[in-house]
Amino acid sequence: MTSLVRLSGLTVAFDGAFALRGIDLAVSPGEAVGLVGESGCGKSVTWLAALGLLPTKARISGSVSLEGQELIGAPAAKLEKIRGGRIAMIFQDPASSLNPVHRIGSQITEALALHRNMTGQAARSEAKRLLDLVGIPDAARRLDAYPHELSGGQNQRVMIAIALAGQPDLLVADEPTTALDVTIQAQILELLQSLRRQLGMALVLISHDLGVVAEACDRVAVMYAGRIVEEAPVARLFSAAAHPYTQGLLGALPPMDGPRRRLAAIPGGVPEPWAMPPGCAFAPRCGFRLAACDSAMPDLQSLTGDHRAACIRVTQAAAQFESVPA
Amino acid sequence: MKPGGVLLEAEGLVRRYEMRRGFFGRAVEVRAVDGVSLRLERGRTLGLVGESGCGKSTTGRLVLGMESPDAGRVSFEGALMPEPGSTAWRGLRARMQMVFQDPLGALDRRLPIATQIAEPLEIHGIGGTLERAGRVEALLRAVGLRPDQGLRYPHELSGGQRQRAVLARALATDPALLVCDEPISALDVSIQAQVMNLLLDLQEQFGTAMLFVSHDLRAVRQVSHRVAVMYLGRIVEEGEPDAVLHEPAHPYSRALVSAIPHPGRSGQRIVLQGDPPNPADRPSGCAFHPRCPVATSLCAREAPVLKQRTDGRLIACHVAHGEVTPGHGFTRQEAA
Repeated sequence: MTSLVRLSGLTVAFDGAFALRGIDLAVSPGEAVGLVGESGCGKSVTWLAALGLLPTKARISGSVSLEGQELIGAPAAKLEKIRGGRIAMIFQDPASSLNPVHRIGSQITEALALHRNMTGQAARSEAKRLLDLVGIPDAARRLDAYPHELSGGQNQRVMIAIALAGQPDLLVADEPTTALDVTIQAQILELLQSLRRQLGMALVLISHDLGVVAEACDRVAVMYAGRIVEEAPVARLFSAAAHPYTQGLLGALPPMDGPRRRLAAIPGGVPEPWAMPPGCAFAPRCGFRLAACDSAMPDLQSLTGDHRAACIRVTQAAAQFESVPA
Repeated sequence: MKPGGVLLEAEGLVRRYEMRRGFFGRAVEVRAVDGVSLRLERGRTLGLVGESGCGKSTTGRLVLGMESPDAGRVSFEGALMPEPGSTAWRGLRARMQMVFQDPLGALDRRLPIATQIAEPLEIHGIGGTLERAGRVEALLRAVGLRPDQGLRYPHELSGGQRQRAVLARALATDPALLVCDEPISALDVSIQAQVMNLLLDLQEQFGTAMLFVSHDLRAVRQVSHRVAVMYLGRIVEEGEPDAVLHEPAHPYSRALVSAIPHPGRSGQRIVLQGDPPNPADRPSGCAFHPRCPVATSLCAREAPVLKQRTDGRLIACHVAHGEVTPGHGFTRQEAA
């Protein structure tokens, strides 16, 4: 399948310290991909780099291509057309993404003017349609409201409406529900699902919460210390996680039922970008560490079909398994 | 100390604030906590769950006497809570401590953590200089830090290590009660698990009772012996964590449980319509009725009382108690 966006060998460094250390990821048209990891693993930086939203001191290399067009190093004018028009992004805190002194309607029509050359009454009625689409009740009146007059969940709906204004092929949602209450999180997740179905848009959902990703995505990539360490279809990842870090993340979630046992917490903490271990970045915290783990950074290798992991133990085991006739 | 015996009892706590809308606006009364009663036994944990603005943090502050209730009373170790700010209250604060969500905000950035852990000992005049140093070292070890890390400043520690330092400081005076207000929400998943394990270990070691305030039902199940669900200033359901999580009786608890995202969730999710209610504009009758899928006209008129069901579960709901047949709610039809 041809991919909509393909990242290959993407690296980002700030002042010589690498935040991303080679990301390869492809997103197909209409697909929902989850990007999971803890703070500082580079899950947000990946997409900020792809869209040219990082400060100039960031050193970016590698490639990001949107249907064959290279975005890294592309001229600003071209990137501006793509941001919002082809790839839109929404962030965690809707209140700080919206302009507090402008009415919601004018913030949506601004995006419509920019990406679809719509003005006046046409833009206003399109803005109302978008608010209806994202489930804001009484949309016509809400166009004249200011962000502070809406709740956090409604502001996030407005952000989604603005993101949809440019009719993007891909929506990158960076922790879209983290600042919201649990019941409102459920509403926003349902909304993203139904919009994706209606509009055939691809979705990249960045989250620290495996549960959120499990519900909203087809495929998940787990990141650790600036690398993707495992990638698999959602059901496969939860039933047969291969990388010790993914297993650790799953074990750290308190179960919903069964006897209450001690949580399998991953010991230690994430390595600092300026003090990366020489080999596998997870080795110092890993319960299955081998001597060979410290010698080289493991590559992401295929286990079965579309399940890939970056762990020498796992790929060795898979190779052995394949060589034994069933 | 063995578990057992009532440590903390709160009855009918009410806390009102005045809020003004705009510069010349009329003052509106906001009831952050509206008649909350709870009881905590020694060495046990009570989880307090709810969404933002439901009054769970205010309840935590009220039981510590950090705020005075407008009505109701708190008794601790069998005696009525002394007037907040009084000498007797200050003395009592050694017996009860608070842990906040943001460890960096709770620590002084200009002092090494060992100095900060020793502070409560100095304030309450416990031990001499040498004894204090020994106690600080023991506390650092108890929370899983090395004694040499005591010389570090907060910014030199990771988020999880900082929360450990906060816990060590809270435990310095060997309190009987720890109020933990969202102690893990600001931490990464793998670190959350470490801190939850640590809370359980510390409780076993020191016999500390805990009031665990959180929005996360799974975390509450992991660490609590009982759980109380709050909505708009009131407890709407209280029971054993497993019972509440597997068979929530109140329609709000049911929605809360079904909203937990987790892999392999089965069945249809109950997506509540509308936004969390505004405490300044409390709906009539049951505060949950405008969002409740089974609300009836009785629910809009009369507030249900928190009372025991035959199995011992405390529930505040006309429908759950069978006082009325389930209705169809008052929720407006909204585009999904």
